Amino acid sequence: MSFITKSPWILHYAATSCNGCDIELLACLTPHYDVERFGIVNTGNPKHADIFLVTGSVNEESRKVVENLYAQMPDPKAVVAIGACALSGGIFRDAYNVYGGIDKVIPVDVYVPGCAARPEAIIDGVVQALAILDERAKERKRQRKMVAA
Amino acid sequence: MSNTIVPFGPQHPVLPEPIHLDLELDDERVVQALPSIGYVHRGLELLAERHDFTEMAQVAERICGICSFIHSQGYCQGIEQLLGIEAPPRAAYLRTVWAELSRIQSHLLWLGLAADAFGFESLFMQSWRIREAIVDIIEETTGGRVIFGTCKVGGIRKDLDADTVQRVRQRLRDIETGYDELATIFRRDPTVKQRTVGVGLLSGEDAYALGAVGPVIRASGIVRDTRKLGYAAYGELDWEPIVEQAGDCYARCEVRLREISQSFDLIAQCLDRLPSGEIEVSAKGKRPKGEAMFRLEQPRGEVCYYMQANGQKNLERFRVRTPTFANIAPLVHMLKGSELADVPVIVLTIDPCVSCNER
Repeated sequence: MSFITKSPWILHYAATSCNGCDIELLACLTPHYDVERFGIVNTGNPKHADIFLVTGSVNEESRKVVENLYAQMPDPKAVVAIGACALSGGIFRDAYNVYGGIDKVIPVDVYVPGCAARPEAIIDGVVQALAILDERAKERKRQRKMVAA
Repeated sequence: MSNTIVPFGPQHPVLPEPIHLDLELDDERVVQALPSIGYVHRGLELLAERHDFTEMAQVAERICGICSFIHSQGYCQGIEQLLGIEAPPRAAYLRTVWAELSRIQSHLLWLGLAADAFGFESLFMQSWRIREAIVDIIEETTGGRVIFGTCKVGGIRKDLDADTVQRVRQRLRDIETGYDELATIFRRDPTVKQRTVGVGLLSGEDAYALGAVGPVIRASGIVRDTRKLGYAAYGELDWEPIVEQAGDCYARCEVRLREISQSFDLIAQCLDRLPSGEIEVSAKGKRPKGEAMFRLEQPRGEVCYYMQANGQKNLERFRVRTPTFANIAPLVHMLKGSELADVPVIVLTIDPCVSCNER
């Protein structure tokens, strides 16, 4: 992807994360890494968000919240799973209240590894999600044209 | 007219972590707040029964990503008590250095989030800019940014050479100058005062009766700091717990502001007096047996570890009582009678760490 065609807004939710990846994600927004210069804004409202960033694995309680937030986001949307726990359950995979990765609940587009995932890795994941988002927006446009024709 | 119930969380702009409160409102005033938790519960304590007691230090470190090092320190020191070994003095001092570094980064993180909660976004950015410099030091000395991985049963994994110690001292002095400027904004800015002074009052008696810990109880005028027990190197350093009298959100902010300066001082003292020698004692072949209880002071307050072992390679029971859990009862008390618009600020001033709380 050569340039960003829109300012993607992100929605962050800590499913059962230990906080490690969450603070690294927030660190991305602050002066040292500053993704806001690309127009990436952390929003609290799922209806304004393009990219859903989930940290931590899912348990019974957070499963409902993750599903609900995903359903509230308008299309096109992309999901980025951040950290070892979001990928597979990580160090907690054997714990009784951990289902495993986020992909058990919602479709995941980009997987960002690390415990905790580094801000550079998270930014890279978001950039990859942007390409996916772009692709989906184009696909929707094509479909709309076909329907109109 | 009957009261309205407004749900707050689990996903909320000011909350980096999920906690849910049902706020019963009479007009704009909170009559009652009912917390419900369970969004981050993983069942971590049971893992102690499956993992080797030395491996469990890594799991204990991941109880929470903000106070990560202090959790592994508490776990390791508890196990050391069970095994009847003691970490060498150099390890104790370096543990103190890292614990204080994580206290600084945690408090700066909190200051940022609090500034964000009352809508002062540039202050949030400034706090995190300074925090990033601390995280750089942590990364240079331990190799990790949030999960340090340096604490192990019997001592520590990484040593600092004389050069690094010098460099870290110099850089901390520079960071402290930058921090003082930031603290001045928190202390002098009228918008900060307007949102925090007199908000979320907690009297000393209430704080004591409800079992508040950490900066919350110290901001209500009660001297209670677990570091005074003198674990690690704290017994040999010159310091006094920081106490404020007002018991409002501003006092809790002030306690944390002053604690950051104190932590800079404690680190400087540790680095000056750093003893030479070994950094670990071997725990090889030893098996934990009996019961142990260990308490230490996290950025958020007192944390207790209980462990029970019967001579196997894994523990029989591992239990953690975290500071956020102790502070939820005072929080519910503070929320009663507050304005709806002040709820985010009050919730944040207990510095809720949900992943510690629910494990």
